[in-house]
Amino acid sequence: MEPFKVINAIVAPLDRANVDTDAIIPKQFLKSIQRAGFGPNLFDEWRYLDRGEPGQPSSGRPINPDFVLNQPRFQGARILLTRDNFGCGSSREHAPWALLDYGFRVIIAPSFADIFFNNCFKNGILPVVLDGKTVAELFQETLATPGYRLTVDLEAMRITTPDGRSLEFQVDPFRKHCLLHGLDDIGLTLEHEEAISQYEMKRRREKPWVFIPEAGDRLGFNV
Amino acid sequence: MNAKTLFAKIWDEHHIRQDADGTTLIYIDRHLVHEVTSAQAFEGLRLNRRRVRAPEATFAVPDHNVPTKNLANGILDPISRLQVETLENNCREFGIRIFGMGDPRQGVVHVMAPEQGLILPGLTVVCGDSHTATHGALGALAFGIGTSEVEHVLATQTLTQKCPKTMRITLNNTLGPGVTAKDMVLYLIGQIGTAGATGHVIEFAGEAIRTLSMEGRMTVCNMAIEAGARAGMVAVDDHTIDYLANRPFAPRGKDWVDAVIQWRHYVSDPDAVFDREIKFDAAAIEPQISWGTSPEMMAPISGQVPDPRLVDDPVRRQSMEKALAYMGLKPGTPMTEIPIDKIFIGSCTNGRIEDLRAAAQVVKDRQVADTIKLAMVVPGSGLVKRQAEEEGLDQIFIQAGFEWREPGCSMCLAMNDDVLLAGERCASTSNRNFEGRQGAGGRTHLASPATVAAAAIHGHFIDVRGL
Ligand code: SF4
Repeated sequence: MEPFKVINAIVAPLDRANVDTDAIIPKQFLKSIQRAGFGPNLFDEWRYLDRGEPGQPSSGRPINPDFVLNQPRFQGARILLTRDNFGCGSSREHAPWALLDYGFRVIIAPSFADIFFNNCFKNGILPVVLDGKTVAELFQETLATPGYRLTVDLEAMRITTPDGRSLEFQVDPFRKHCLLHGLDDIGLTLEHEEAISQYEMKRRREKPWVFIPEAGDRLGFNV
Repeated sequence: MNAKTLFAKIWDEHHIRQDADGTTLIYIDRHLVHEVTSAQAFEGLRLNRRRVRAPEATFAVPDHNVPTKNLANGILDPISRLQVETLENNCREFGIRIFGMGDPRQGVVHVMAPEQGLILPGLTVVCGDSHTATHGALGALAFGIGTSEVEHVLATQTLTQKCPKTMRITLNNTLGPGVTAKDMVLYLIGQIGTAGATGHVIEFAGEAIRTLSMEGRMTVCNMAIEAGARAGMVAVDDHTIDYLANRPFAPRGKDWVDAVIQWRHYVSDPDAVFDREIKFDAAAIEPQISWGTSPEMMAPISGQVPDPRLVDDPVRRQSMEKALAYMGLKPGTPMTEIPIDKIFIGSCTNGRIEDLRAAAQVVKDRQVADTIKLAMVVPGSGLVKRQAEEEGLDQIFIQAGFEWREPGCSMCLAMNDDVLLAGERCASTSNRNFEGRQGAGGRTHLASPATVAAAAIHGHFIDVRGL
């Protein structure tokens, strides 16, 4: 995972509440067994006028000129500004993969769906929660100012606007640490191997019925 | 002071260690895996030369991509086929049990797992799928995770989590005749909204929950995620224990006796305090139908399509307008006058035997309306299908003009060949009416199995209580 320090980038405003992960990456693309390559199909049904199929090249597809990411002024955006409950619905991690592959590293919204929020951190994307009023102001400024950019500083947990205002945000210390250093949290957990093994032994002793090693064989199961 | 919620009992019991900021390492007892969200996790293990820590705790099943007819031909779409084969190969390589295609137990993961007795009270259960919430019906703590977390569980049998908040939704009194668990949960989501329970684990309680069957409780917990909840749960009672008796993977003999004694403890203590409490009167709930593109856009059967002009909040008004444009609906249209093109009965929400019985009861000795282009029943698992056939339900559906299919996710999310075409309107027993969920441009109305079956017969929605 790429460490996240400071991002200064163009902001793209996606003015919708309850954007679900089906909209972020439609299901036909979930058939891929890769992690990369979802960017061209991010928001596929909104971005293009035809129906996208996996494996199809995106160049030459009819684009929807009204969709915000297709407007020339938002090209190269790395910060997505959106409304309440972003990322609701399916748990598919393909949604952050697609956002990341497209180029987004920061998503700003008044609220996020839980699983999506969590998945962002695992992929080097910073989801920032700001209150609804501040988000509304950022929408106005983004729309009113061509080339509108924000600076997002994770270490300082601060966003700076072009006119120099500072917007503070919160991140859990553990998640911040992992994101800042691009840490793989499986590696971190494996450092606690001893504690896990001890827990397992205790659980086996206290609740043997939890563990069902032979059950499958009893049923003629084939691994 | 020692009074604990059901959630807290399970959470505390699975606690391995905690960091200063409250991040907790918890132990995972059961891990369910399907083909769509696991390939990249196994690939990650290979890249980092890691093994699966406890292969016996993980169970796999292909469900999203499997065809629901002409199974003998296998999966025709090469990309879907590769995904299912990748799951099979990964299970073989890492020693994980799989209920593969052709296994009579194969089905939607959330139908198959409880049916096999894989889910027990007091367990932590995860799956790379948001509808893992279903399993909370058995008094377990069950929640959906992303693929990185799937990899984390495979490698460590643990997850790092922040302790969620708790919320109790109490449903007093009982549901009226013809009103089902699905109507109840659709109603709740309509009331509290799709972000109404974000950050919370919901415990469903009250007389209307206690009197529900296990199938009904699974339907309710299944859709807790549609209210934004981390998980839904129901306390253990006799229904839970009766349901588990003699399930293939449930404990036996002395283990069973000991387990039942311990399971009785998985209820919230009488004085337990929840972060939030909400109460509803279940007797006041009518059959529900969704009119929009979010599961909170819900109306009772006696209601009508709402008017965005009456809504003050501009963000909400705009999403209603977008939804109505997408759905091709006019404000003020009575719900009973919405004409339907296709019918889908199935999914992890309503693909269990009781759901098929409820639908069959409405359909019996009647015919699907001429205006319906396709009506299909997709049992939630191979065993549900077999049971339904033993009861003759398949014949009731077939004689009425339904297609009787093989188990899988099917048109719940349309990753196989079962899709809506643009503009087609579907009455569906599934859980999500998002834009394009059942096919690009397709329009989904969520409802109970009985209501959807009645729509098949009449060609439009109708109040099942009057039938
Ligand atoms: S039936 Fe639908 S909601 Fe359930 S697991 Fe399958 S795709 Fe997901």
